[in-house]
Amino acid sequence: MSNGPMVKAEAVHKRFGALEVLQGIDLEVARGEVMCILGPSGSGKSTFLRCINRLEEINAGRLWVDGELVGYRQKGDVLHALPDRDISEARSRIGMVFQRFNLFPHLTAEQNIAIAPVKVQGVSKAEAKDRAARLLERVGLGDRGGSYPAQLSGGQQQRVAIARALAMQPKLMLFDEPTSALDPELVGEVLAVMRDLASEGMTMIVVTHEIGFAKSAADTVVFMDGGVVVESGPPLKVLDNPQHERTKAFLREVG
Amino acid sequence: MTVASVGWSFLTNPRAQWSVFGDWFFSQRVLEGVVTTVELTAVSMAIGLALGIMLAVMRQSRNPVLKSISWFYIWLFRGTPLLVQLIFWFNIAALYPQIRFGVPFGGPALFSGSANTVITATVAAYLALSLNEGAYMAEIVRAGLLSVDDGQREAAEALGLSRFQTMRHIILPQAMRVIVPPTGNETINMLKTTSLVFVLGQVLDLLTTVQLIYAANYKVIPLLLVASAWYLILTSVLYVGQYYLERRFGRGTARNLPPTPRQRLIALWRKWRPASAEVVA
Repeated sequence: MSNGPMVKAEAVHKRFGALEVLQGIDLEVARGEVMCILGPSGSGKSTFLRCINRLEEINAGRLWVDGELVGYRQKGDVLHALPDRDISEARSRIGMVFQRFNLFPHLTAEQNIAIAPVKVQGVSKAEAKDRAARLLERVGLGDRGGSYPAQLSGGQQQRVAIARALAMQPKLMLFDEPTSALDPELVGEVLAVMRDLASEGMTMIVVTHEIGFAKSAADTVVFMDGGVVVESGPPLKVLDNPQHERTKAFLREVG
Repeated sequence: MTVASVGWSFLTNPRAQWSVFGDWFFSQRVLEGVVTTVELTAVSMAIGLALGIMLAVMRQSRNPVLKSISWFYIWLFRGTPLLVQLIFWFNIAALYPQIRFGVPFGGPALFSGSANTVITATVAAYLALSLNEGAYMAEIVRAGLLSVDDGQREAAEALGLSRFQTMRHIILPQAMRVIVPPTGNETINMLKTTSLVFVLGQVLDLLTTVQLIYAANYKVIPLLLVASAWYLILTSVLYVGQYYLERRFGRGTARNLPPTPRQRLIALWRKWRPASAEVVA
């Protein structure tokens, strides 16, 4: 099982009321693979990402992370919903980075990073502090551990948010439009951190509008529209030689 | 000008009998009344706040039973006058002559006694004030919880924190910023509302005490002035406490907090006396 794909989706459906946001998603993400998901807004790409750590519950289909069903346990042909405790446990091994950073404003950068290891993994406060210091160093903010989020720029906040996710030693990182809320001159520093992470072999799924990043860092690019995967493959193929009309139209608009 | 002349006539009015005011202001009985009032306020607010947090969290829960209990509680205690609740608890013995705590439906009792001996006037006062306050605090806490962006809950849960941990470490501390100012208001209100216990006649809070005194010596106005002066002093102390609490929970929202009055004084001192400040440093 541990040699199988990190993420596997089979006919994943998600509805919000009458609106069918995901209409059958099938895809696989291998270990160490960096996948970029592109698509117009409303195409369901963020929703799919949120299904992977069960911030959203899927309505039909199957979704596995590291060989385990997300949110359910299968006994025979019957699916049993997992208790909250098991869902939290599964989430703790999946890092998530949000478009609006969502740092905890009442905690310093260091406390933001240290809180989950202490409360969820039971790591000692001293060790968590140590871990936070090393991660801040890694994202280039070694001297800002004592700063509150309001005292940091958007780019710095997002780098702290990445460090916060990494503190749980995740096996998979999800990025939900991590640079969309940033001023253009701050996008580069966040993408640089993500490139480092990719080169170290982290499995990453990145929902993004940064075509340049997708081209240079992704192993696979997926283009979604209207709740389905329209086209996927290596970046050179999907981005430089798209087969579908919708992909071509989208790339013309963002390019 | 008008204010000054009214103030002057008030201060110089011989019927205010300021000497009587002076005689009673620090008297043993009045001071004990002040202590009782402070105790009533502090304990009722503490229980009220704890109840309020519990009720607000219940109201937000996914469990429909907890939700309805919370809704019903708030409806009941906000919908009836506090004065009625005070008298009701004091007379609870008429409804339940015996009170027992223990295993329900005929199991062994941990404690039992006659309601008249258990629910004294003091207990009735604490019960009425805190249960009533719980209902108001619940709404204040709920407003605080709703003020926290949903992205905070998502970020915490995505890190693997449980719903309880998320509430305790992420949502509540941020909600406090919104909860503290109206809670300060509630505390000041409570300080004055405790005077309602005078209807029970047996709880010797500030107002009841001065009433008993002027019932004996007929110095009504000077003794009411004594009580009012103490209420004003106590509310002023609460103002200061609230100021520092708001700073404490405002951390991380402003880039730089404004200096406290003490810090301002020290800064002024340094400005005027730079030489001596260096000696101190």
